[in-house]
Amino acid sequence: MHIAEGFLPAEHALGWTIAAAPFVVHGARAVVKEVRENPESTLLLGAAGAFTFVLSAIKLPSVTGSSSHPTGTGPGAILFRPPVMALLGTVVLLFQALLLAHGGLTTLGANAFAFAVVGPWAGYAAYRLTRGAGAGLLPAVFAGVALADLATYVTTSLQLALAFPDAESGLAGALLKFLGVFAVTQVPLAIGEGLLGVLLFRVLTVNARPELERLGLLKPVPVAAGGAA
Amino acid sequence: MTRRTLVTALLVLAVVALFAVPLLLDGGTSEYGGTDAAVTEELEADGYTPWVDSLFSPAGEVESGLFALQAALGAGVLGYVLGLLRGRRSATPAVAAGAGDR
Repeated sequence: MHIAEGFLPAEHALGWTIAAAPFVVHGARAVVKEVRENPESTLLLGAAGAFTFVLSAIKLPSVTGSSSHPTGTGPGAILFRPPVMALLGTVVLLFQALLLAHGGLTTLGANAFAFAVVGPWAGYAAYRLTRGAGAGLLPAVFAGVALADLATYVTTSLQLALAFPDAESGLAGALLKFLGVFAVTQVPLAIGEGLLGVLLFRVLTVNARPELERLGLLKPVPVAAGGAA
Repeated sequence: MTRRTLVTALLVLAVVALFAVPLLLDGGTSEYGGTDAAVTEELEADGYTPWVDSLFSPAGEVESGLFALQAALGAGVLGYVLGLLRGRRSATPAVAAGAGDR
């Protein structure tokens, strides 16, 4: 999903930077607010950032014969709502743009919009809808984490199609072409990432139960000796 | 083996299989090039020239090292937090929550 340095025309690069900037600024404020009001959140915030750091560094093979990397932005969006991931995701992208020549500064806005804004929001929406439909925490985590991954790559395809519409088939043709490169390869990766998210939350439900209850992901269990119902 | 451990093992196995099976079935015919690079190659073939170059482009081996560093930093912090949370739970005996844990 990294659009390489210089590969978006200047006006597109500028447009996406302007579009992503308010989300990142709002995200930075959300992180500061969370840490200030709930210092005990710092640990899980670190875990959410660390999860996206690991997953976005690992390129995995896919059924299409190409490889791609997961995003890891889902768990943070589910735990702390999407704004915090706008900051954490952009930090990851900045690291990769500066040190790894992966992505770039001119395309940072577009990449942040796909990776740190659309991905987390799509994942969070999928999580909420699945929970709202009556599913438990873990199935909803799977849906949210997998969709955050997939939505990022669909957004990248759309950004490229907008910048490089096909000479004959126009925007739709270009979108299909880029989706063909990104989206199909990404499906098994998204499923794998969803399963990793489930593994992570299985550990958290046991070891970070107070945090998950405070964040509203789990209902508090009536403490022993309380009235049975 | 408790049911919980079994489910964890199966989940891990599923993740490994998901990426190992395509590799094995493929039998070494695919290059497994990155999708990001595939797109830039396609655009360059269509005549697009990037208007800015990366400030710093690490050579191949250095690049894989830096990717490994990124993964290591993430995995280190994640392991630290999960270990700390687990230690905290074992240190507080009377937390009755978390049914079915070991």
